[in-house]
Amino acid sequence: MTTSIKVVAVCGAGGTMGAGIALVAARAGFRTLCYDTQDASLAGARKRAERFFSKSVERGKMTAEDRESALANLVDTTDLGALAEADLVIEAIFESLEAKQTLFAKLDAVCAPQAIFASNTSTLSITEIASGCGREDRVVGMHFCLPAEMMKLIEMSRGINTSDATFETAWGFTLAAGQKPVETQDKPGFILNALLVPFNNDVIRAIEAGLTTPAEIDTAIKVGLGYKMGPCELLDLIGLDTQVRLCEAFYPVTLDPRASAPPLLRRMVAAGRLGKKSGGGFYNYEQQ
Amino acid sequence: MRDYMILQNGPSRSFAEGDAFLAGASDAADVLVLLGGSGEQLPEDASKAAILVELDTECLGVHTGEMSGREGSQVLGFARYRNGNDAPTNLIELVRQPASDPEAISAATLMFEAAGFSVVVCADQPGRIIDRLVRPKYNAALRFLDEGLATAEAMDMTCRMGLGYPDGPIERVERGGLARHCDISRAIFDMTGLPSYMPARRAVVARAREDRQ
Repeated sequence: MTTSIKVVAVCGAGGTMGAGIALVAARAGFRTLCYDTQDASLAGARKRAERFFSKSVERGKMTAEDRESALANLVDTTDLGALAEADLVIEAIFESLEAKQTLFAKLDAVCAPQAIFASNTSTLSITEIASGCGREDRVVGMHFCLPAEMMKLIEMSRGINTSDATFETAWGFTLAAGQKPVETQDKPGFILNALLVPFNNDVIRAIEAGLTTPAEIDTAIKVGLGYKMGPCELLDLIGLDTQVRLCEAFYPVTLDPRASAPPLLRRMVAAGRLGKKSGGGFYNYEQQ
Repeated sequence: MRDYMILQNGPSRSFAEGDAFLAGASDAADVLVLLGGSGEQLPEDASKAAILVELDTECLGVHTGEMSGREGSQVLGFARYRNGNDAPTNLIELVRQPASDPEAISAATLMFEAAGFSVVVCADQPGRIIDRLVRPKYNAALRFLDEGLATAEAMDMTCRMGLGYPDGPIERVERGGLARHCDISRAIFDMTGLPSYMPARRAVVARAREDRQ
């Protein structure tokens, strides 16, 4: 797949998602500018990149030569001005509309007029993120799945003002990067979270209603539907506080009762039961 | 191995003719399995360790009656989970009431497990576990399809690749039968009044077309 994109920049490249996106781009041969505000987080991401590519070599997924060239493609910077050469900027900073709008406005002053801005948002509107940035027609949604370096799927969406040329170029980049794009409208949660967040809330409400235990639900879903992981196991993994944040992003926009945070979820978060990361959620992990 | 006997009151959605579970039944046993519901009258037999009523979309209380939240005996409900009209899975949803006899639950669980099934126990609530959880998702996916959020293929691929599911919501609900999805959703909606169980347009259309035939 050919693409006009040569240089990719990732904003928030010191974070888990940003670092993963940078790996995808660098692995596919793109010169990849890794931007973050902190040198330390970029250094951490660099170490993780070295480990990841080394493991890929060990597993026979890439040659040692490819590893060196992928690592050489990664260029760290804390200077936003260095992103001037980027053809495509993918932002993966924290989920704040204001922060993303501010970043894109700053980038508009730095980047070439033809450069495309992509947002990795999972909850916010692409149209709103693009609003006021000065190049609303060159902004696109590009939602990677965690961990980005392992997951092929990308949800691609157009804002109201996104041009066809922008969308096609961004789509072409994802294919050239070896990913699998799917097109979705610019609606809260796109496809993945629009289906998953309310489903997980339904699970929590069923537990709260005394239907059965988390373990029984997980068994039912795994045996009955063939899922690899039960919803309570998944919620513990993503973090119950994250689920609350997702609900708080979706419910005010959709007013869908299924998207509102169930009372049990809020009580568990208040009790410090955030899931695996806190040692307990629907399951207890302290002995593990 | 726990012996069980079977009384066939109607067509069974859990065990088709020739199913190994049917062949394993005894002529007399202290676990009685009522297939196709409880018949005209639920047998009263205190000597049975457990009486298991096969459920469709209805609650167990329809067969046993209810008593201000104090209902429960050795009579339990069960259904072998299937995705609509798909083949039955290996999962048995065992339905209990507030005062169900723990020994009956234990006997039923052991019997089904010995027959090779996975058993989960749940309260007597609409949709039991899986249909309660998945039917709103299928309705949402069908509505998303109507609203143009994404194509059916995009939604299915997203769930397979992004969540690791074996199939996506549209291919799954269509494989199980949209008309059957309509029936299940409507039954749960009747009991809960929750809009998420109102059958999506495509399911209502499928039900209407089946009814015309």
